[in-house]
Amino acid sequence: MIFLGLPLYSVIHGAFTTDGGVLTFQNFSTTFSSAADMSAFKNSLLIGLWTALLGAGLGTWLAAAVLAGNPGGLVQRVVSSASGVLAYFAGVPLAFAWIATLGSTGVATVLLQHIGINLYSGGFTIASLTGLALAYTYFQIPLMVILITPALEGLRPQWEEAAQSLGASKLSYMRHVAIPVLTPAFVGATLILFGNAFSAYATALALTGGTIAIVPTQINEALNGNVIANQDRVGLALGVEMIVVVAFVMIGYWMVQSRARRWLQ
Amino acid sequence: MSTESTPLADPSAQDVGIAAAVAARASVGVNFKGVQRHFGDVAALAGLDLEIHPGELIALLGPSGCGKTTALRILGGFDHPDAGQVIVGDRDLTKVPANKRDMGMVFQAYSLFPNMNVRDNVAFGLRMRKQDKTVRGKRADELLALVGLSQTADRYPFQLSGGQQQRVAIARALAIEPTVLLLDEPLSALDAQVRHQLRAEIRSLQLRLGITTLFVTHDQSEALSIADRVGVMHAGRLEQLDTPENIYRHPATAFVAEFVGAMNRLPGRVGDGDEVQVLGQRLKLRNRNERPAGTAVIAMLRPEAIAAVPDSAGSGEVVERTFLGASVRMSVKLDDGQLVLVEEPSHADAASIGQRVGLRILAESTTVADAGE
Amino acid sequence: MSATGGNLGLAARGLGAIEPAPDRKKRRASRRRRPRLWRVTIFVLAAIYFIGPQLAAFKFSLVLSSGKYGLGNYGQIVQNSALRDALFTSLEISAITAVVVVVLVLPTVVWIRLRAPKLTLLLEGITILPIVIPPVVLAAGLEQLEGHSPQWLVSLVFNHALTGLTPFYVILALPFSYRAIDTGVRAIDLRTLVDASRSLGSSSFSTLTRVILPNVQTAVLGAVFLTVALCLGEVVIANILLYVTFPVEIIQVGQETGPGVQVAVSILSLLFVFGLLFALSFLAGRKRGATSTRLI
Ligand SMILES: Nc1ncnc2c1ncn2[C@@H]1O[C@H](COP(=O)(O)OP(=O)(O)OP(=O)(O)O)[C@@H](O)[C@H]1O
Ligand SMILES: [Mg+2]
Repeated sequence: MIFLGLPLYSVIHGAFTTDGGVLTFQNFSTTFSSAADMSAFKNSLLIGLWTALLGAGLGTWLAAAVLAGNPGGLVQRVVSSASGVLAYFAGVPLAFAWIATLGSTGVATVLLQHIGINLYSGGFTIASLTGLALAYTYFQIPLMVILITPALEGLRPQWEEAAQSLGASKLSYMRHVAIPVLTPAFVGATLILFGNAFSAYATALALTGGTIAIVPTQINEALNGNVIANQDRVGLALGVEMIVVVAFVMIGYWMVQSRARRWLQ
Repeated sequence: MSTESTPLADPSAQDVGIAAAVAARASVGVNFKGVQRHFGDVAALAGLDLEIHPGELIALLGPSGCGKTTALRILGGFDHPDAGQVIVGDRDLTKVPANKRDMGMVFQAYSLFPNMNVRDNVAFGLRMRKQDKTVRGKRADELLALVGLSQTADRYPFQLSGGQQQRVAIARALAIEPTVLLLDEPLSALDAQVRHQLRAEIRSLQLRLGITTLFVTHDQSEALSIADRVGVMHAGRLEQLDTPENIYRHPATAFVAEFVGAMNRLPGRVGDGDEVQVLGQRLKLRNRNERPAGTAVIAMLRPEAIAAVPDSAGSGEVVERTFLGASVRMSVKLDDGQLVLVEEPSHADAASIGQRVGLRILAESTTVADAGE
Repeated sequence: MSATGGNLGLAARGLGAIEPAPDRKKRRASRRRRPRLWRVTIFVLAAIYFIGPQLAAFKFSLVLSSGKYGLGNYGQIVQNSALRDALFTSLEISAITAVVVVVLVLPTVVWIRLRAPKLTLLLEGITILPIVIPPVVLAAGLEQLEGHSPQWLVSLVFNHALTGLTPFYVILALPFSYRAIDTGVRAIDLRTLVDASRSLGSSSFSTLTRVILPNVQTAVLGAVFLTVALCLGEVVIANILLYVTFPVEIIQVGQETGPGVQVAVSILSLLFVFGLLFALSFLAGRKRGATSTRLI
């Protein structure tokens, strides 16, 4: 907690003071009036939102497909190990993999050119928001698999059979039982995914070398690029703003969880 | 909590409840005809023939893995036979999916939908049948009254005890006016006291509603006490289907004899006529099956079919003695080393531990197994 | 009806929420297993999406700086001393972090499960924090701290990657390890084990090390491997604080030796971590009664 709290404190403290230690909101108003910072925020939010939704949907689907198979089978082992690797480790390596695939000379780019589709003339680049989102989804799906699997495992087969014996079709079982039961876990996991993508930086750093404006890039630039004096504190202010966004996410998460507690033990 | 039981204890209230909750639906019979189900090379059902009469409660009893659950799931439509037919009433249901069968199913545990309160759980089947909301709410409440749980209608399943959950599950299964009620070890997750109560309740409800019921259990006292007839299964087949009394007193095969109740296996010899010689006494032999006179066999005798009489010249010695209240259970070690279990009504001059006793067989007949078995 | 008489409401004690595992397994298996179309579809799509880029990367790594194809880039990895040093630094950090994490987490999990189950929810909430708190913010804070720290602290802590990074990696690794170990502990009958061990006269310490640890060793290994994965992969904090760790060096190596080596290293490192986790899943599956190969 100290190791988490102390840096956070120093960020917050730094953001609200001048170099002389006087209380100020100057740093925040700087970020709000900077077009670059604001578009970085917009980009970060967009990418968080899209990759969270994509990752959550596809991840749940994948996890369900895996669980429907042979428990302890090869597929389950491979998917669970691969999920661990991709979700927790792969930031930098996967960026390279994407460059190799969809970079200007990437395998897929070249292949598509052969069949007459030129991605890059169509305005696509791997170092774009779309490219980044594509790469982020690559670790968002595995993270979703990890987060949602316990909830899917918690669906008892008796519920489906009981519903059937009471006359429910597969669809009405899903509608009335499975989906309501899964919703809290699903929404919770989606929020985590959002937070994860919103704050991820490693992949972007390796993929674009920092050319795409997302908030972490701006912070890094403010801290390390010694262009203008006082930039440091603007970076810290951006950090505080990120924390605020994340705090909202966490509040949402808690609200979902406590709503579910009505019928969850 | 005893208030919860009043609807059941008061006949008039209950009859009203039943009349409203379960419309008169004629009881139907069930017929398994040569049903087979294989899992890989395991034959879970190896040609099961079982006829359940309309309105009857049949308990399926048998050791673990003998195919009880498989039989029940096939009747419920959750599993499908490789061969054979399942006939309910006069319809062949073999190919009908579970949600079109109108059968009430009660599982061992944890089958209530956690996201619905008790009332919605009970009303679920009616909702699937597109019944009006007020109608199904009313019916759910009536059924809850029937199982004595009116007060809990607004609670969620996790707020109920295990016994209450099972009662709700029963109400939920009954709400759809099922043609057949299926129960798969519905009491085995409960502790002993609740188990006994609920078992009596289930039986009483079943009798009142006259609903054809298949009750799977591995607890023999449960099967014997609740059922009209008990089916003892062994390795995917029905060994014997008979009243509890007959299953206990006159087991048709050695397997049934040994599986149901405690049993002594005593060496004997087939005599002339349908007779067998055991412990120096002659008994009628129930399953001679062409055995020639003089064949060595094992006679099956219940502990209560044998008495131990204190006798210093007796052939055995009491080595263990358990007082059970109304009866006393003793282990008698014969001079040839054989142990015999004896249970007799407790009385003042029963043998005590270490005492020499003579054994007397009270039964007139017995079932035997081949000596090699 | 008198047969059903009295005390109906005399309720049984609540049942545990966990259904006996074998039952689940049997029922799940009992569904007819046809290779359904939707399963096949998603596996194929997933395979293309997840394996495709790795294959592309592999092909890429075979292109030498001379333009020919060959395994030369993989040979260069071994010779690159900067990379090797960075790897050692990272491995050192990983090892220490892993030990610290297990020592911290295992007793906590056991204690919470035994004594304060109410805290479970709270802890699950806290363990999400490091996933969502932007590492870049953490790094920014650290840089601030470093700037304001007295000289002796800087030379003691911040001057070395080992001392500067380990505490924060511990923080980052805690939530994942907590989840992994908690999953393992949940699967054993902790109370009985502890009571049995206590009644045989063990101290708390030996109960923990001799009784609980062997029973959750797969989960602990899982936590260790995830921690290692995390330490080998974390780049943001290290980069901002200007420490040269393995992943940072991977990025930099591209500028020196060309992208081929860079990609080759990342493929190897991915495979390495995947191998660790995959091997672990077999260990987990071999255990008697294990119903799930889930590690995390
Ligand atoms: N889905 C399945 N896959 C493979 N084998 C199965 C499956 N379901 C049941 N079996 C096998 O079929 C046999 C009968 O199983 P069943 O569940 O009917 O037994 P049971 O009599 O209900 O036993 P218990 O008293 O333990 O519940 C067993 O040998 C079991 O292993
Ligand atoms: Mg069974």
